[in-house]
Amino acid sequence: MLHIAILIPFLWAALIPLMRVLPRIHPGWAVLPVPVALFAYFISRMPQISSGETLAVTIPWMPGLGIDLSLVLDGWSLLFALLITGIGAFVVWYSMFYMGKTSNSIHNFYIYLLMFMGAMLGVVLSDNMMVLYAFWELTSVASFLLIAFWYRRERSRYGALKSMLITVFGGLAMFAGFNLLYTMTGTYSIREVAAQAGGLTDHPLFLPAMILVLLGAFTKSAQFPFHIWLPDAMEAPTPVSAYLHSATMVKAGLYLVARMSPIFAGAAEWFWIVSLTGLITLFYGSFKAIRQTDLKALLAYSTISQLGLIMSLLGIGSAAAFYTDPAQVAFFGLATTAAVFHLINHAVFKGSLFMVVGIVDHETGTRDLRRLGGLMKLMPVTFVIALIGSFSMAGLPPFSGFLSKEMFFTAMVNIRSFDALHAGSWMLVLPIIAWMASVFTFVYSMILVFKTFGGKVKNDQLDKLPHEASIGLLAAPVLLVSLALIFAFIPDTLSYALIDSATAAIRGGGTTPESVHVSIYFWHGWTPELWMTIGVVLVGLLLYLTYTRFRVLDREWSGRDTLNRLYNGGLSLLENGGRRTTDLYMTGSVRHYLIYIFLFLIAALGGTLLLSPDITFGMEDYAPITFYEVVLVIVMLAASAAVPFARSRVNAILFTGAAGYMVTALFLIFRAPDLALTQMIVETVSVILFLLCFKFLPKLKWEKEKPTFKWTNLIVAGGVGVTMTLIALAAMGSSPFEPISNYFLNESYELAGGKNVVNVILVDFRGFDTLFEIMVLGVASLGIYGLIKLGVKTTP
Amino acid sequence: MEWIMAIAVGALFMIGVYLILSRSMLRVILGTSLLTHGVHLLLLTMAGLKRGAAPILGSGGDSYADPLPQALILTSIVINFGITALYFVLAYRAYQTRGTDEIDGMDASGK
Repeated sequence: MLHIAILIPFLWAALIPLMRVLPRIHPGWAVLPVPVALFAYFISRMPQISSGETLAVTIPWMPGLGIDLSLVLDGWSLLFALLITGIGAFVVWYSMFYMGKTSNSIHNFYIYLLMFMGAMLGVVLSDNMMVLYAFWELTSVASFLLIAFWYRRERSRYGALKSMLITVFGGLAMFAGFNLLYTMTGTYSIREVAAQAGGLTDHPLFLPAMILVLLGAFTKSAQFPFHIWLPDAMEAPTPVSAYLHSATMVKAGLYLVARMSPIFAGAAEWFWIVSLTGLITLFYGSFKAIRQTDLKALLAYSTISQLGLIMSLLGIGSAAAFYTDPAQVAFFGLATTAAVFHLINHAVFKGSLFMVVGIVDHETGTRDLRRLGGLMKLMPVTFVIALIGSFSMAGLPPFSGFLSKEMFFTAMVNIRSFDALHAGSWMLVLPIIAWMASVFTFVYSMILVFKTFGGKVKNDQLDKLPHEASIGLLAAPVLLVSLALIFAFIPDTLSYALIDSATAAIRGGGTTPESVHVSIYFWHGWTPELWMTIGVVLVGLLLYLTYTRFRVLDREWSGRDTLNRLYNGGLSLLENGGRRTTDLYMTGSVRHYLIYIFLFLIAALGGTLLLSPDITFGMEDYAPITFYEVVLVIVMLAASAAVPFARSRVNAILFTGAAGYMVTALFLIFRAPDLALTQMIVETVSVILFLLCFKFLPKLKWEKEKPTFKWTNLIVAGGVGVTMTLIALAAMGSSPFEPISNYFLNESYELAGGKNVVNVILVDFRGFDTLFEIMVLGVASLGIYGLIKLGVKTTP
Repeated sequence: MEWIMAIAVGALFMIGVYLILSRSMLRVILGTSLLTHGVHLLLLTMAGLKRGAAPILGSGGDSYADPLPQALILTSIVINFGITALYFVLAYRAYQTRGTDEIDGMDASGK
């Protein structure tokens, strides 16, 4: 059934174009049943999973390579499957009212969306790393298509390309990491690798594999410094931003980090890289979010920072693998629970906030904070949704964000007292960074609500008079934010149903959901965490009221966007550098290419001769030298050498012919009568042919070349000559084998009935050569005929 | 004798390559001809020279020259003849259409 769950969206996507026959009906209605049915199916599996079972299905795909469609449903996968299908259902509903049905491309939109849904389900259910990678890249492709949905806009194409390049770069790194893991363990199954995890830590490939897999996770989850694609991905339609770039796809990296935790956790590098990257991202994202003027950009940076928060919690949670003391294990396990809980919360409130921004955009025609204001009275329902979502995001009671924020502070504060990894007082930095980031988070959450809905309406700046959105548009965000409230008041139910089994799956090593259960409730007493939250609210309020005075925070201050400049600069550097490099050696001059070829020939053959110790230049067994032969060779060489110096065409042709006749004579002397015959005929015909075309050829210019040109040619030619001489000598040096020719000599008369062995070889022993040699001649003559007869425009 | 032939082969290669690197098409074609001679002599020399009579059975002697390289060279001579002829006509046509036999600066447009 699991594999069918993945297949359904893909199959359904193929049927969507059929909706074109019903132009009156919005195709969203046809799509909606898919996520709803899948959600129902996954909910029905929840009791099984939360009691600690896992469902597994395996279908052979490429058994010879160890790649099977092995799907596993455990708590962690189930949580994601519910997010994907649940939020997917809301988003499909929302998009039906958001996207007009007039345009033809609406069908494409749903095809891409379903493709993404299927791919994302594949990512979270795959146990086989290669299958996971395949679905991973499918999500990249679907995201690319959806970001560039309005492909006539230049910004959309730019954002789509950027996200594609960065996520595919990470995906390929991850692919390499998976293959390293396979080299270490001999299996692609994540569960089987995790079972061997203990013995891997000292393997030399362990760290490279970890870094490569993390590259994949960090690029997908928009961690610093790979976050730059996410703000540009906001060119996508708002339902896409809500679904892909807040609730599901950007969490695929978090999914991967947690899924790989049983393998890598326990290594100090994992703890540090994941935690610190998460914290830096959290701080940077929240800081940048304050300075945005576009609502969607603000939400994008807020997403980046929240993803960083979850990532850092996953990193700290991985430290549980260090310890055996149950108190410490339980404490670090709390961080993992917090990560899971905040992941759910974030998906809920961020999805609804994006939908709110979409509604505001829909009703006012702008997302610019500088033109918005005072929508509170005009759009009360939207305002309430935004308020709940933002307060949950800022971590204020009585919303579920508060609960996960408290757990986050607990993890950050207490990590000092455990002196994890002997970092000593440096650990104090972690809670301070986390607290400052929370202050910034509070500030931008307030900006989001009160700059949009508070203050006065700027009617002169708006395209249309805003009013409350339709019921259909509001339904999805209303339901989503009610979840934020519901989760806040029944966190334990959620815990038992989902969080515990998910945490157990992340911890791995046979952890049961019962053993990791953490009670979540509002009132802990007057703990440091509570004081920290109170501090966040006070300092945050102060900052919110005064932030325009701080040059660093003010959006009018155009901060340097270094990373984007780096990306753009790097891309153009690559393009220009590639073009320049190509222009450097692809000159269009045939002579240059020939020089490369000959130089490589000299280097390769000469180098081999130099480096091979067992090549001998045998001097024994040489034939005796006679006067005639020497004279012939000298004449032949003299005739050849005269060719370059020939001043006229006739001379050049005749010298070449002379050299050919000398070769004929040499063939005679070296006991090759057939060769001599053939060579003589061919040489004669060639010379005649040359002379026939003679009158059509241009005057041979005496090459008034620069000395460099001539010397280059001479050096290259000399190198080739010397190399060939050495090769000839080496080839005559020693042959360990008897030549095969004795067989031909012995059997020529017996088998073929001919005494001229050369001719017997040509037509009997090796007749195929001759057949195709005849073909060559035929093709050449046809080519010549075509060249002469078939018209090319001639210029007199 | 073989080492003299080896040097001769090298020299033929050198002259051939030098001609091939020049600008005029006629010189390039002549260069390929000379290069071909070098290749053929190399093939012949590598099997050893003058190891007996010509490979025609019953032409006296108890040992014969190696017939196999001779068969290879015969094939090669014919193929090279075909190629040279084609080159030559190609050069002639190129000169007809372009009005020059300079190789450099040739491109698809023939300008």
